[in-house]
Amino acid sequence: MTNTNAPILEIKNLSMVFGGLRAIDDVSLHIKKGEICALIGPNGAGKTTIFNCITGVYKPTEGSVAIQPGDGPAEHIHGLKPNIINRKGLARTFQNIRLFSNMTVLENVMIGRHNSLQAGIFKAIIRDRATREEEQRLIDESHEILKKMGLAMFINETARNLPYGAQRRLEIARALATDPFLLLLDEPVAGMNPHETKELEETINLIRDRENVTILLIEHDMSLVMNVSERIYVLDYGRLIAEGPPVEIKSNPEVIKAYLGE
Amino acid sequence: MDYFLKLFLSGTAKGSIYALIALGYTMVYGIVQLINFAHGEVYMIGGFTALIVGGFLFSLGVSTPVVLLVSILAAVLYSAAFGFTIERVAYRPLRNKTRLSALISAIGISLILQNFILLAQTEKYLSFPSYLPELKFLLPVREYINSTQFIILVTTAIVMVALTFLIKFTRIGKAMRATAQDKQMALLVGVNINQVISVTFIIGSALAAIGGILICSYMGQINYYIGFVAGIKAFVAAVLGGIGSIPGAVLGSFILGWTESLGTGYISSDYEDAFAFIILILILILKPDGILGKNQKQKV
Amino acid sequence: MIHKNLAKELAASALQMVWFIVLLFPFLVMKVSVTAGTALVRFRWGSLPAIAIVSFIASFAWGRALEWNSHRGDKEQKRTPLTPIKEAIAAALARKPIRRVVLLVLLAAVAVYPFALGMYHTNIMITALIYVILALGLNIVVGLGGLLNLGYAAFFAVGAYTYGLLWKFVGPSFVSAGIATGWLFWIALPIAGTIAVVFGILLSLPVLRLRGDYLAIITLAFGEIVRMVLQNSGPVTGGATGISLIPRPWLLGLKLPPKQAATYIYYIVIVLVILTIFVVRRIEDSRVGRALEAMREDEIACEAMGIDLVRNKLSTFALGAFWAGIAGVVLAAQTTYINPDSFTLWESIMVLMAIVIGGTGSIPGAIGGALLLKLLPEYFRPLAQYRILIYGVAMIVIIIFKPDGLFPRNRKKYTFDAQATEPQAGEAQK
Repeated sequence: MTNTNAPILEIKNLSMVFGGLRAIDDVSLHIKKGEICALIGPNGAGKTTIFNCITGVYKPTEGSVAIQPGDGPAEHIHGLKPNIINRKGLARTFQNIRLFSNMTVLENVMIGRHNSLQAGIFKAIIRDRATREEEQRLIDESHEILKKMGLAMFINETARNLPYGAQRRLEIARALATDPFLLLLDEPVAGMNPHETKELEETINLIRDRENVTILLIEHDMSLVMNVSERIYVLDYGRLIAEGPPVEIKSNPEVIKAYLGE
Repeated sequence: MDYFLKLFLSGTAKGSIYALIALGYTMVYGIVQLINFAHGEVYMIGGFTALIVGGFLFSLGVSTPVVLLVSILAAVLYSAAFGFTIERVAYRPLRNKTRLSALISAIGISLILQNFILLAQTEKYLSFPSYLPELKFLLPVREYINSTQFIILVTTAIVMVALTFLIKFTRIGKAMRATAQDKQMALLVGVNINQVISVTFIIGSALAAIGGILICSYMGQINYYIGFVAGIKAFVAAVLGGIGSIPGAVLGSFILGWTESLGTGYISSDYEDAFAFIILILILILKPDGILGKNQKQKV
Repeated sequence: MIHKNLAKELAASALQMVWFIVLLFPFLVMKVSVTAGTALVRFRWGSLPAIAIVSFIASFAWGRALEWNSHRGDKEQKRTPLTPIKEAIAAALARKPIRRVVLLVLLAAVAVYPFALGMYHTNIMITALIYVILALGLNIVVGLGGLLNLGYAAFFAVGAYTYGLLWKFVGPSFVSAGIATGWLFWIALPIAGTIAVVFGILLSLPVLRLRGDYLAIITLAFGEIVRMVLQNSGPVTGGATGISLIPRPWLLGLKLPPKQAATYIYYIVIVLVILTIFVVRRIEDSRVGRALEAMREDEIACEAMGIDLVRNKLSTFALGAFWAGIAGVVLAAQTTYINPDSFTLWESIMVLMAIVIGGTGSIPGAIGGALLLKLLPEYFRPLAQYRILIYGVAMIVIIIFKPDGLFPRNRKKYTFDAQATEPQAGEAQK
């Protein structure tokens, strides 16, 4: 833990244009190692678009996205394909839950661990000892992750049949299974009741403290945002309008204006 | 140049017929996202209705213009009724199931209708009487275009204008466009989705019937299997133009007609059917959503 | 209350009956024939009562069935009289000794089949088993990978023509060198598999960017182009007449008379089916298979989990194509004659139907579906002319009332020793 203040994710002058619409306009932000950071803003402000630019779903029109997970030099990731970016240690969840809904809970997490294994088609057919052991290790590791996320009772359930809150947790479990250093959560408590929200708040803290994963989250639930995040970025009409710790953001007139209108 | 013009005009006529069938595909796809595999069969039904009703009226000694009018009307009505019934029986129960299910159901309907006509009527090719009148004023240019082709072009043009009017300006047209864009939202603002879907099938099938009569008159024959090949071609045309898009279906049909006509004329007639597929592959590689298809970024 | 409803339902069915009589009248009562350019129509009034009765009963039954179907979803899997029987069978099969016995009986039945039933039935079974291989292969593409492929027959053709062309062009030198032509079959198998894989990869390259129905239509186009090329390359492929007199495989340098050859091919195809099942099962339950399924479920989430979609799609098409190539060689060897007509779009659709009816993504489904689809029509000869009609009706009925297919997949369940999870697991299942 030398260098705690070095950003592990740095976005510079990012813009994303769809047709004539500037969904993101010259946004720069950074995430420091080990922090929980929130990205908030009214609907349509461009929050998810930023996530999509970071994770490679979209290619940003302008600007750069760089990561620096270790002590090495920073590495640009904008324009890379989503699967490559994931392998570099960025994992995400989706606003509109995107589980592999006809597969079991355990299998969902096992897919998250896809790249921690090597077995190809031929090994899968021959199934030699190394492959069998690898498979067993995969099952055990996935089981561990599910236990941590409080989903162990659902292992053999089909993902589609889970209660809503559990589906959101499963998305996080699946993302964690890819061994990320940075986890991007897109509205993790949307649709949850206050009790579930409280539980997830603890989970988010645990992920950061125990797994050493840095977290960037998009959320509309202000109680969660104010409780867990150390720093908040506020986005409005694709532009960054404020940045700072929760107390400051709460009283920032620009932010209040953006949310309440004039 | 003469040769080119000739090919071009026959390609245009062919494209017009494809367009009449392709419209049904694209309209249904736009609203329920289903490849209506049975659509070709509906047009075959139209052709047979015209043949049967026309034959019956002729035997009663009814005058030709009346036979022509009544048999076309009967074909349109019957195709529309079949389209409506097919949707109610085979597609509606599957509305919330996977798209593969509905596709299989459509293939099932296609089999049933083909074999229904095969068993109830005949497996042989029947020559299709030419109901269409000979247009005298075309005689000077008959080198390039015959009267059947001319009638095809004019009919298609009229139908297109009528359809555009219907979709742009009428109440049901607006409901159809709304449903195509967002079914949930359309439902919320009070659009009767079931009714819209039924109407879409009825209109699409009626257009197919007109296409059926025209193509049978053009080829001079009919059999239970004609729907299949033409159906696939028309579907290719709809995809070429960007499935779900009405102008796209028309454009795609003309491109297909011209490609086939020029390809067979200049390259080889052995590969007539292959040209359609080759151009399809080329266009989809360059523009994965078709020529006029909306490039919809999937919402994440 | 029930009576009132029943009266209402009967009235509705009567109305539908009238609708169907009007709808079917021109086709079932009138019959057209064309002589010397004029259409003649005669009437078959006799069929009218039959139309009325059948459409009334069918309307009524259909309405009740749909109603039953929509209510069925409300309650979680109601117990039917069959449930205890099913459970008993499942429990028995779960025990290893019983499973072994069942497997042995099955194997014995499979082994004596050609001797017990003779050549006619053996040949029918071979054709059905070829379809089993095809269905298992396509199941990888459609069932696991979720890529709708309507051009699968093209790979089947590639396999068959590989053997055919090998015979046509290499066969003569075998004959002049005094080598048994029966060996060609065994040479053709791996070559055909490989070439089919190459074609699979070639096809998948342009379609990587396409989704859903566009993929379906472009595979359809590919299938048709392959068939047309075969049809129009007369000097090489024999054009529409195809290639004939393709040798059956010989038994260790011994040429067998047709009857014994059929038995021999039967055993070969049985071994190939078992091999296919083995391989497909291993793939399904592996890292590769799970990645394919993830792609079927959600491409965007799949990519976000670090899975390379391009590689995934390539391997899906390649794996699927391989088995079609193998099946093609067996077909050529069995019929000793191939032409482009055996590889139409219709053939692709048949295989697709087999897996959907059996249960998409399910191995028992692919096997059961292919056997049903190929065997039933053969044994419904008395109904020969109606069989495709019945087929069509059966497809719609199955897809509406049993959308997961007749033999849906049972997903693998994992058990863990950790006691902590056990009581909770019980709770979750409530």
